Amino acid sequence: MINEHSEVILSVQDLHATVDGTEILKGVNLEVKAGEIHAIMGLNGSGKSTFSKVLAGHPDYEVTGGKVRFKGEDILEAEPHERANAGIFLAFQYPLEIPGVSNRDFLRVAFNAHRKAHGEDEMDVFDFDDLIEEKLGVVKMDAAFLDRSVNEGFSGGEKKRNEILQMALLEPTLAILDETDSGLDIDALKTVANGVNQLTTPDNAVVMITHYQRLLNYIVPDYVHVMADGRIITTGGKELAQRLEAEGYEDILASHKMEAAVS
Amino acid sequence: MTIQVSTTGVSAAAVRRKERDTYLQSLLNTAKAAVPDPLALPTLRSQAEVLLKEHTFPSNKQEAWRFTDLAPMLSLPFQASAESPRVAANALATVQLPEAVARLVLVNGQFSPALSDVAQLPAGVVAGDLATLWQSDLQAQLAARLAKSAGSHEVFTALNTVGFQDAAVVWVPRNQVVEQPIQVIHLAVPSEGTPTMTCSRCLVVVESGSSLTLVEDFWGDHAADYFNNSVTEIWADENAQVNHIRLQREGAGTFHIGKTAITQGRDSQYVSVSLSLGARLARHNLEVYQTGAQTDTKLYGLAAIAGTQLTDTHSLIALNHPHGTADQLHKCIVDEQAHAVFNGRIWVPHDAQLTNASQLNRNLLLSGKARVDTKPELDIVADNVKCAHGATVSQLDANEVFYLQSRGITAEAAQRLLIYGFAMDIIDRIPIPSLQETLTETVTQWTRSSE
Repeated sequence: MINEHSEVILSVQDLHATVDGTEILKGVNLEVKAGEIHAIMGLNGSGKSTFSKVLAGHPDYEVTGGKVRFKGEDILEAEPHERANAGIFLAFQYPLEIPGVSNRDFLRVAFNAHRKAHGEDEMDVFDFDDLIEEKLGVVKMDAAFLDRSVNEGFSGGEKKRNEILQMALLEPTLAILDETDSGLDIDALKTVANGVNQLTTPDNAVVMITHYQRLLNYIVPDYVHVMADGRIITTGGKELAQRLEAEGYEDILASHKMEAAVS
Repeated sequence: MTIQVSTTGVSAAAVRRKERDTYLQSLLNTAKAAVPDPLALPTLRSQAEVLLKEHTFPSNKQEAWRFTDLAPMLSLPFQASAESPRVAANALATVQLPEAVARLVLVNGQFSPALSDVAQLPAGVVAGDLATLWQSDLQAQLAARLAKSAGSHEVFTALNTVGFQDAAVVWVPRNQVVEQPIQVIHLAVPSEGTPTMTCSRCLVVVESGSSLTLVEDFWGDHAADYFNNSVTEIWADENAQVNHIRLQREGAGTFHIGKTAITQGRDSQYVSVSLSLGARLARHNLEVYQTGAQTDTKLYGLAAIAGTQLTDTHSLIALNHPHGTADQLHKCIVDEQAHAVFNGRIWVPHDAQLTNASQLNRNLLLSGKARVDTKPELDIVADNVKCAHGATVSQLDANEVFYLQSRGITAEAAQRLLIYGFAMDIIDRIPIPSLQETLTETVTQWTRSSE
């Protein structure tokens, strides 16, 4: 939902980043306000996933230029856990498996880390169990998942639902969903999308990174950005995604190149 | 020009060989001195003694001992422990399992009726000491199993056969399900000032169609020099099911060389969870011999060591019949200057068609000076099998740490949680609640914040 007067949650200016010395992000600009849903689309290798990881603070990526402000604060020097506790959440494209740590313990440790960071007392085991049972409904997850090791042996859809469960629990101000739709069958996609829709409010924002327009039928974006070669090359409304789906990326990329040549 | 032939190298090797021969002889003398022999087994013992004559004390030159150097033992003249040491009645309070239906305790290899408890034993199930049972009508059956496992000619196994004073025996007759675990505690009580040797022994027979959960605990918290040379033989007959939990948590001065030999009959299942936590040097020779088709073998192991500890697991799954399955996961957490060794051999000869075997060894190095030597060994002749193996040696995975950090957990806490999970992946497989709880507490202590 677009509201001109909303607070700016994320402001990215001319962001450059490298991995192993290779520049992947070559000047990304993006502004996200409270209440908005953004989609970033693009081909493989365009820099979408790198962008999400840089925002979350992955140590493999080095920021070589530009600014990232989250609710007005420069976050580029912040540790990943500090960014998380400030309200940034990254739903992973490939959620990791952690054998030997139950999902319940993992969720409680994460939840209490947030409470601690905000000067609150840790929640005890019983209150937490009540809370998490309630959140399970958001992604229609069975309570049995809580006592399995984190993501171990989960299907692709279960892993993605588990990501959204974490989002439901941690209530981030900015949720970045990195290809949360990839590899999902239609039922799982609807469940995940429905979960995200339940969690959007006028005070938070969502950035979805995706290849496919399909997801955007279920989570309707306010803005669609197309990323290519480490930059956002064009921005539009949800109709841009439909155009991409119908025409493919080639025409858009070609017309962008032409515009760039003319100017 | 004169050609000089140097003989120093040859003679040095010869001297070392002589030293090891002499040392093995001294261990043999110690073993023999320990046997007052209430247990008259002259043939068994003399056969083992003959075998020993063919051996010398192992050195790093032998493939089986390449990474585990026993040289520090050579300067320790191990003696037999003089008499049964006194053990307070509550000494075992922390290791006794409330779930156990029976408990057998060997103190330095000698059976302790006072510390043992077999009052609740289900009818028909036998649990006791070999010396007593040898006098019963079970003698012929015992004789058919004792020291009859494959691999009994190995040097330390033979040494044990010469020197064991008594043995814990568990015998489950046909078609009997023992619901609650039976616990065997091998309690080590070293003597202050004199390095002592023990030959602890255990014989477990689970007859056709029966099921048993066995917990073996090698326990002692004394730091004096001690050598525990143990042998456990387990027979899982046709269609039997054996769960075996083996805990090695002995003192900082202990050399532990332990053999577990399992003979699996047709359609039987053997599941083992083996934890190696204590001792100065601990070697576990874990050998599974398949004697019929369609056996199922699952071996799970965890070694967690620090300081200058060395722990070595040499496992063998010897298949010789079709349709066998084997699943092995062995994990090591190695901190400070400790050293972990894993050698996992799976033998799949021509007759073991349609075997399905997988083996994985994962090692976590927590310090720059920690060391791991790992050697998965798949020896496959059969042509229609499915076998997989792998080994990883690493520090904590940076992506896993990042995943936890991205949920608000500090890097340090994330690392602790991952180490905890690495260990719990094995401990979770122990089917005894009180033991799982105790060990979870142990792991929690290791990974507790130092803040």
